[in-house]
Amino acid sequence: MSTVVDPSTAAVPAEQTRRRMPRRKKKDDTSAVAGPLWALLAWGLTLLFFAPVAWMVVTSLHREADAATNPPSPFAPITFDNYAALFDRGVVPYLVNSATASIVSTLIVLLLAVPAAYALSIKPVEKWTDVMFFFLSTKFLPPIAALLPIYLIVKDVGMLDNVFTLVILYTSMNLPIAVWMMQSFLAEVPVEILEAAQVDGAGVIRTLLSIVAPIAAPGLAATSLICFIFSWNEFMFAVNLTAVRSSTAPIFLVGFISSQGLFLAKLCAAATMVSLPVLIAGFAAQDKLVRGLSLGAVK
Amino acid sequence: MTALAPAADVDTERSRPRSSGEKWRRRGPLLPALIFTVIVTQIPFLVTIAISTLNWNVLQPGERSFLGLGNYESFAGLGNFATVFTDGRLRTAVINTVILTASVVLVSVLIGLALAILLDRKFPGRGLARTLLIAPFLVMPVAGALLWKHALYNPDYGLFNGVLNWLWRLFGAGEGPTVDYISSTPMPAVVAALVWQWTPFMMLILLAGLQSQPGDVLEAAKIDGADGMQTFRYMTLPHLRQYLELSILLGSVYVLQTFDAIFTITQGGPGAATTNLPYEIYLTMFRKYEYGEAAAAGVVVVIGTIVVATFALRLILSLFQEEASK
Repeated sequence: MSTVVDPSTAAVPAEQTRRRMPRRKKKDDTSAVAGPLWALLAWGLTLLFFAPVAWMVVTSLHREADAATNPPSPFAPITFDNYAALFDRGVVPYLVNSATASIVSTLIVLLLAVPAAYALSIKPVEKWTDVMFFFLSTKFLPPIAALLPIYLIVKDVGMLDNVFTLVILYTSMNLPIAVWMMQSFLAEVPVEILEAAQVDGAGVIRTLLSIVAPIAAPGLAATSLICFIFSWNEFMFAVNLTAVRSSTAPIFLVGFISSQGLFLAKLCAAATMVSLPVLIAGFAAQDKLVRGLSLGAVK
Repeated sequence: MTALAPAADVDTERSRPRSSGEKWRRRGPLLPALIFTVIVTQIPFLVTIAISTLNWNVLQPGERSFLGLGNYESFAGLGNFATVFTDGRLRTAVINTVILTASVVLVSVLIGLALAILLDRKFPGRGLARTLLIAPFLVMPVAGALLWKHALYNPDYGLFNGVLNWLWRLFGAGEGPTVDYISSTPMPAVVAALVWQWTPFMMLILLAGLQSQPGDVLEAAKIDGADGMQTFRYMTLPHLRQYLELSILLGSVYVLQTFDAIFTITQGGPGAATTNLPYEIYLTMFRKYEYGEAAAAGVVVVIGTIVVATFALRLILSLFQEEASK
């Protein structure tokens, strides 16, 4: 960061530069080195928290007979049969529905949120903070309170058990997050550069493509990953509004339990498989995750 | 402030459109998102409020049509709200919601704070540790709940009793205990699974808070002879306050909405021991078919959330303005 000349500080007097510098210097540069005990404690707690995830993966690779032993047998022979069994039980349509609902809703969210964020940052409308807080406030309304009217309306228009119902609901669920995130990313595009482009005679489209897009691209990627995570994991609307054709991955998991006999290893395989896309997306977006989770309030 | 004047000028120029044509040109890109949000999020809530004033049970349909969506029996006024506050089940659900939300948020904030402080120092593999710590939050909530119910809590082959049994045998104490966590302590069982899921969320926000602390202030404190505890008590904690508040408020808003874990781990039971409001609303809607009552309970949840959310919004607004003034 510090190697890039910040255009907003480049033209100001030295006194102000000095005043702004300490802010740029985050604590990380000076953060203390931990002693061995500190490191041990940190790693111990980390592994404790990660243990259930590790156990899920380990169990998913064991035969049913080895999975349900007491005491546990973590070093039992490894097999991939449980994953193969998931395909026999028809996990694919559920994954396809989840992927459709998550990817299509994320695309629509971006189509709506990026222009909106533009109108809230680069060329702001009047009272743009009020608009921002309206979007945010919708995120705080508990979805369960909207379930009944949504169920009645969806039933009335014949859209029960239709994946596009989920697309619309997930779009509304993620739109406020995306507007806030994209606004915070677009607000970082320096005004001076935009003005310079204008002076040089670049049109709006040209400015957007050659100046705004490259700066906002990482933000766009992080925003889409976060919208994808929330849609993929959504359960309440999916379980109440879908039945056979358009059920998503979490519904597959819940339906799994009705089977009799040993199922723990297969359950763990299913849980691992449906969590994998989000784990990958989350690890990829982890530096921006905090910004999405706090709706842009923490950077 | 005077040094900031040029930036401020630009900003006013930016935010003050001149003609009404220009105003509408600026509003244009915003409208699709705004209209979509108003339609999809506001209309259902208005309908919920309308339904909350009706005596409407699907099993005993009446003559009057509600917007063509179904037939209700009669107008109830505030009768459904009286039921919400006097009916034993719903009152239990309100109490359970408060207990569940408060304990999950407090415990996960405390553990999240401890983890954030630990991860704020450099140690071998710190990046990897942070990545592993995020995992519980990313595992699909339903998958996490099933994992806790079957792979960890199961009295016969769950990991918890399995490890106890292993320890017992290790020390020659015979068979370990076979605790049935979900039926003997249902609420703590749900709380523990949710704490596991939410701690990474708290940790991430608090770690971001710790790392945004200006390094020079801490250096100055060190030069002035403050020890670690003093620096934490008088410098870090006050700085961290708004991040703590933010994690508590956002956590409360989200945990209040918990549905997956209850549905999966306990189905609200045994009895109604772990039924929270979202799950009770679901039961009232799709098991008892009392639409009017379910809608009234929904309105109560919204009002409860608004109380918490108002504080959250105020806090986010102050963080937002702070950020904007930088």
